Amino acid sequence: MTDNEVGNIIQLENVDKYFGQFQALKGVNLTVAKGERVVVCGPSGSGKSTLIRCINRLEAHSAGKIIVNGHELTDAVKDIDAVRREVGMVFQSFNLFPHLTVVENLMLAPRLVRKASKDENREKAMQLLERVKIQDQADKWPSALSGGQQQRVAIARALCMNPEVILFDEPTSALDPEMISEVLDVMIDLAREGMTMICVTHEMGFARSVADNVVFMDQGEIVETGPPATFFDNPKSARTRLFLEQILTH
Amino acid sequence: MSFDFALILDSIPKMLMGIGLTLQLLFLSLAIGTALAIILLLMRISGRWYLAAPTMVYIYIFRGTPILVQIFIIYYGLPQLEFVRDSIFWPILREPFGCAIVALSLNTGAYVSEIFRGGVLGVDRGLTEAGAALGLSARHRFIYITAPIAIRLCLPAYSNDVVSLMKSTALASTITLLDMMGIARTIVAETYAPYEVFLSLMVIYLIITWIIQRTFGWIEKRMSRHIRSEV
Repeated sequence: MTDNEVGNIIQLENVDKYFGQFQALKGVNLTVAKGERVVVCGPSGSGKSTLIRCINRLEAHSAGKIIVNGHELTDAVKDIDAVRREVGMVFQSFNLFPHLTVVENLMLAPRLVRKASKDENREKAMQLLERVKIQDQADKWPSALSGGQQQRVAIARALCMNPEVILFDEPTSALDPEMISEVLDVMIDLAREGMTMICVTHEMGFARSVADNVVFMDQGEIVETGPPATFFDNPKSARTRLFLEQILTH
Repeated sequence: MSFDFALILDSIPKMLMGIGLTLQLLFLSLAIGTALAIILLLMRISGRWYLAAPTMVYIYIFRGTPILVQIFIIYYGLPQLEFVRDSIFWPILREPFGCAIVALSLNTGAYVSEIFRGGVLGVDRGLTEAGAALGLSARHRFIYITAPIAIRLCLPAYSNDVVSLMKSTALASTITLLDMMGIARTIVAETYAPYEVFLSLMVIYLIITWIIQRTFGWIEKRMSRHIRSEV
């Protein structure tokens, strides 16, 4: 590790990503320090999701360098599964395992990877469910829960391997409006506890109150990065201004 | 046309003497065929062309030709080859029962592996991604996420295939085996009463089909508990 990497949990240098001919990411540079909360926003198709999916290598980047908690992600990365355990992820469509109960969703990875004992594993899972205020649903099937409840379970599941950082991929986009705040509340709690977070979202209120830095992307490039106060009140780029006008005026 | 009920009452118990053989053909080839199907499936989805390509050829051949022809080739054709007669498989292939099991298993394996592949492809990609994001290995993801969901998805098609295999066991009678069909043909040859005998045989097959379908219906219901919203 060189000096400038110290304290940075995630570092992207000149990252390109192609899907066939289409270039989804163009020379993206981003560093995230431990404990930092970053919100990524931008119009659809701007590469936000691709960006965070490259960080845990659900997508392999085409060029450039990605370093996660000291491990560089390459084809030769020895144990990508071990790196992924240090990075939690919450998906737009929850992706809870439908054939496992709520608490079993949280227990699967610790059971298989850590060989955690059943009692200890369940106790830890129940603590996490309590943290997202859903412990009374522990033994139900995911399909019996509302969208907001499912997403809270998904957040608890992302915590079950004690990750260093959590990636959120539009966590509230698939929710009915009345369920958005219960999920955002959980995310705000997490942020207050010092969790490192990278969050793709259109919830500008959340960005304003929680983010240390807001990243604006358009057409695969990072157009502008800055703390929320500057970003929202004094955006530098015309593209950012146009985007903010579009989402804030209604 | 007169209908000889006495003959029916007389021939049903005789045909039922072959039910053991019919069920042996069914369960043995189902077990071997299913195991084969899993191997074929893993080769097919391995992402390695040298594993996937042979399975595609295999599946194409066994699904693309009549099972009767496959049975005849194995029973009449293979013993012509000296290396087959010298091989360790000869004790199996010299017997009509062994040949029937081999043919039915190979055939079922081809169909069932395609059914399983459909199930695996039907599993939402987001779920395996969620498993990957948790740091589960590809093997764990397959065993604990993909497989249980895929099995439920392909159960209806699989149960159809079990019924179809059960019906195919009747073809074993063409290579001298005295399963229910074999016995029925013998009785018809003696009595010249095809209607009575074959109609009774149909009823027996229908009852077996009914049992298979009910069993799978019950399994499916049990495996779908998580789909119903009430717990």
